Amino acid sequence: MATISDPQITVPPRREHPSVSQREYTARAVRTMGRRKVVNAIMVGLTWLAALVATLPLLFILFYLLKKGASSLSIGFFAQMPKPIGEEGGGMANAIVGTLILVATAMAIGVPVGVGAGLYLAEHRATKLATVVRFLSDVLNGLPSIVVGIFAWQFLVRPVGHFSALAGSVALAAMMIPMVTRTTEEMVRLVPTSLREAALALGYTRWRTSLTIVLRTAAAGIVTGALVAVARIAGETAPLFFTALGNQFMSTSLTQPIGALPLQIFNYAISPYESAHALAWAGAVVLIALVLVFSLAARLATRARFGNATD
Amino acid sequence: MTAPETVVGPIPLDESPGGLAARLASAGVGDRIYRVVITAFAALVPLLLVAIALEIGVAAWPALRTFGFSFLTSSDWDPVNGSFGAAPALYGTVVSSLLALVIATPLALGVAIYLSEFAPSWLRQPVSFLVDLLAAVPSVVYGLWGIFVLIPLLRTTIVPFFKDTLHLGATPFFSGPNYGPSMLAAGIILAIMVLPYISAVAREVLLAVPRSQREAALALGATRWEMIWGAVLPFARSGIIGGVILGLGRALGETMAVTMVIGNTHDISSSLLAPGYTMASLIANQFSEATGDLHLSALMAVGFTLFVVTLVVNAIARWLVWRVARHD
Repeated sequence: MATISDPQITVPPRREHPSVSQREYTARAVRTMGRRKVVNAIMVGLTWLAALVATLPLLFILFYLLKKGASSLSIGFFAQMPKPIGEEGGGMANAIVGTLILVATAMAIGVPVGVGAGLYLAEHRATKLATVVRFLSDVLNGLPSIVVGIFAWQFLVRPVGHFSALAGSVALAAMMIPMVTRTTEEMVRLVPTSLREAALALGYTRWRTSLTIVLRTAAAGIVTGALVAVARIAGETAPLFFTALGNQFMSTSLTQPIGALPLQIFNYAISPYESAHALAWAGAVVLIALVLVFSLAARLATRARFGNATD
Repeated sequence: MTAPETVVGPIPLDESPGGLAARLASAGVGDRIYRVVITAFAALVPLLLVAIALEIGVAAWPALRTFGFSFLTSSDWDPVNGSFGAAPALYGTVVSSLLALVIATPLALGVAIYLSEFAPSWLRQPVSFLVDLLAAVPSVVYGLWGIFVLIPLLRTTIVPFFKDTLHLGATPFFSGPNYGPSMLAAGIILAIMVLPYISAVAREVLLAVPRSQREAALALGATRWEMIWGAVLPFARSGIIGGVILGLGRALGETMAVTMVIGNTHDISSSLLAPGYTMASLIANQFSEATGDLHLSALMAVGFTLFVVTLVVNAIARWLVWRVARHD
């Protein structure tokens, strides 16, 4: 058995090809090992590079947001109404209020439905309906937001004859429901059966057990899921295009068109005026901040849950 | 003196209002109501999907009936003469999404492999957080960044590099004038947007590969890379493909960012530098200005096509990922 000085490699003798001497064969094996090591180093380096490149876009985007947006941010941006297109100054007070109203209404519709459906999935795990709902909520989750938008238009705007904040909220709620449903199911499943059984044994009815004991135990997780869903819909533009429409004036009515931050950013971004572009960047900073607040709140809610678990 | 008579037998139910009998009876009713309500909420999910399909399908029917199959093959989009064919939008959707996958898949796989195999533990959390955060950026913000940062960069630096330094200007992909808003810009933006979805799934699947699989490969004398290539990736393959298809589903339906950078022209061009249309951006652009019932119906038909395509793509992706998850 020919052993080379490198203790890692043991080259077995190969007798089938007498034309290649043992010495030559060993030399080839050493060369192959060298090549394998080089390939290894290159590929490991490439994955390292991929990780570096993949983290760059976010930093790049955040850098430009702060560079271009922060300078246009002022008290007036939050307090003032938009100026007529092309005029300097003005703010997005109406759009900020509009986004908050749209999101709150979407939550009021989407969270109860999603939590209810999630409770059903967790409590009636194996029924046919549960299997169908589970699969379709995943499918619904992957539906393009523009499709949800034209659905809401056809369903709520066309018959009524005018755009409304409510139609926008319904479109956003439709996007929220599948997300809330699946997280609720997962969180409710984590509640120990013993807890449920203890409540039932004490004479609690099933509905009181579910709504007070089970939901309260799973609450932090469900709140996290809802906040993640809100963070995702708060920045949506496509479903609002043909439903909430946007509004240059302050409106708080659900039956009227309403302004929204993403819509306003879009309109300003595609307009030819420099001052509008600056406002669009400022709006983007506010929108990202809003999304980040929801995401961070979700993280804190998760932490609260794990904190309780160790108590 | 006689002892007071004791009553032996069942304790009489408290029949008064609010007593035990009433409470037991109402408990059954409460449970039934609860069950009906949560079943109704659960049933709302499939109903919603059926409603979306029906509403859009019915609205799309006039256009589909008028143009039939040629709606998907014709590239004639003429609202004035009432003739509609969505081929350019279909082409643009497919090309921009594939371009995004070509750029994003190697990157996402690289990140996932790095995070699951090589990254020191203190780097794992921050890197995956930064990549995951890409999914939280609203698409209109991507669009804004695309218009004011990416497109100027493409125009002044990246495309001239491809055309002049690499001499790719002669190939059909990089021919024609370099305006800025283009299929290439849309593909790059989409690549950034789907990257977190693909890498999240890939990371999860790679972490699900049993340790013994890795140790066996290393014990046979494989280098780290040979272990990944020969033992880890084959095991995770269908899950990774599922993640890529999930990313494809996202890319196909992405609207705002694409609308803002693709240039919105109803043409089919082999050049990646030419502006184009996707199904989603066609709807976003023309829906509010639709000139007639047939125009509106044609846009609904585009939406219906998009609905069906993403439905199929997502179903395949879910099935693939679910198959891997079931393995362990």
